[in-house]
Amino acid sequence: MNPHLSLNPVTDYHQLVVYPFMVNALEAGTIVAVMASIVGWFMVLRRQTFAGHTLSLMSFPGASAAALVGVSLSLGYFSFCVVGALAIAAGSRTAGRRDFGQESAVIGTVQAAGLALGFLFLSLYGGILENLEELLFGSFLGITTTQVHTLAAITIGVLVFFLVAGRPLLYSTVDELAAASRGVPVRLLQVAFLVMLGLAVGATAQITGVLLVFALLVAPAAAAQQLTARIPLSLFLTVLFALAIIWVGLTLAYFSAYSLGFYVSTIAFALYLACRVSRTAIDRIGRRTTAAPAIA
Amino acid sequence: MTIVDVDRRDATRPDLAAVAAVELGGAAVTLGGRTIWSDATLTIEPGEFVAVLGPNGAGKSTLLRVLLGQQPLTTGTVSVLGSAPRAAKPEIGYLPQRHAFDETTRIRGIDLVRLGLDGARWGLPLPGRSAERRRVDEAIGLVGASGYARRPIGECSGGEQQRLLIAAALVSRPRMLFLDEPLDSLDLPNQAAVAALLNRIHRAEAMTILLVAHDVNPLLAHVDRVVYVAAGRILSGPPEQVITSETLSALYASHVEVLHTSDGRLVVVGQPEAPHHHSDRHAHP
Repeated sequence: MNPHLSLNPVTDYHQLVVYPFMVNALEAGTIVAVMASIVGWFMVLRRQTFAGHTLSLMSFPGASAAALVGVSLSLGYFSFCVVGALAIAAGSRTAGRRDFGQESAVIGTVQAAGLALGFLFLSLYGGILENLEELLFGSFLGITTTQVHTLAAITIGVLVFFLVAGRPLLYSTVDELAAASRGVPVRLLQVAFLVMLGLAVGATAQITGVLLVFALLVAPAAAAQQLTARIPLSLFLTVLFALAIIWVGLTLAYFSAYSLGFYVSTIAFALYLACRVSRTAIDRIGRRTTAAPAIA
Repeated sequence: MTIVDVDRRDATRPDLAAVAAVELGGAAVTLGGRTIWSDATLTIEPGEFVAVLGPNGAGKSTLLRVLLGQQPLTTGTVSVLGSAPRAAKPEIGYLPQRHAFDETTRIRGIDLVRLGLDGARWGLPLPGRSAERRRVDEAIGLVGASGYARRPIGECSGGEQQRLLIAAALVSRPRMLFLDEPLDSLDLPNQAAVAALLNRIHRAEAMTILLVAHDVNPLLAHVDRVVYVAAGRILSGPPEQVITSETLSALYASHVEVLHTSDGRLVVVGQPEAPHHHSDRHAHP
């Protein structure tokens, strides 16, 4: 029997978890959503969205290298994403501080080099990557239990990093020179954060595809930061949005003929747009209130 | 044993009350083969409000970097609060050259001040204990920022952001404040207001303040001493002795004139600009 959306949550839930592959997809999606959204929150605040996008493209040389050498796809993804992160970290500082102009130039160069390498590996491999479309646009059909365990282990590692280094990382994001003068190891944190970003992106790309990493990495954080500047609330909303995007996306993809990548990206975009619009509205109302004559 | 007069923050370290806040002896810095300044000898007493002046690229920020332990001397000695600059770091509140927060920085002013208190500690940026929250509120009150500290910092004006940054620098109760061009890119009323605010903090908290400035005029009424960095040398003394035609002409070895305007401002005419090759102003967007 083909699954169909009954709009009865209990029935739908039972339909969703009837196949093990779907349970794996839900578990992997949940894990990745939590990690990607938290990393993404810092990424948006640090203005490193371009770095995140470039690191997601590193999955392409990663996947083709893995096919060429004959190792697992995950290993290829993660190692290339981390190497790309290190390359960006190495080239993006001048005179002991972050240099935004140079950083984006280095990121662009890394991106071009990564794509060229991917194409080279593909030629050397000789065949075509069977799952090229999955690589680019994501799939939830083939997630194995091993993959879920790998994702969980990496997520725990990334979350531990934020538990330990979240506050000094935020300080160095907001005021790097002041943080450095207070003894925060800003250089080390920058490198470590890019490595975390590489890991998160490598994991996210396995679900959403290389091209649609935006859906879980950027959109939830960007949307939440539109709504509030309170740090705990902003982080909470970010994670909540990411979970909503992946759960709704997986459900719709399961019950319909269209791909997961389409759903998560569309939901993410709609969410961001809604937050953007409501912030503009809130600002307008706020301005009207403050513009009214104040009582001295 | 001698009894020394110490203030409350010195209770555990009475030795510090007697020593100079900053001491340079025959100090020189060479960067990339160019001597920025040399033979600098300077003493700043605890509790002084000092303006560091001089043309662009003369090495004012380099002097701050030396005192923060971020730039080693080529020759000479430096001590901050009686120890090596690195060891004195926790006693110093530092305000880097201004970088404006734009609307994409979605944290609140109060969060920034909070990071000044505990940002260097490992852990998560979560709401802390009530003692910490009280201290943050106190610092925000001291700079008069209570009205807008809970707004996103990117939506605050330049002057408001500067007050919040000052609160972040002093929230950890440092013994000294180092400020790099805090008046830069503020309009004139805000320059005057921030200068007066720093003077108030200087007196109320018995704080040593070292401030790099482009223009001495907003500060003239407040500072005890000026340190003039120019032509590879460093001069220091009360403003009325240093900012004179004779002293500055001798420093630059060319004719420099200091004019007094009718409203009490000083105008320095004819001062040669230093070469710009190392200037790192505006490197941060």
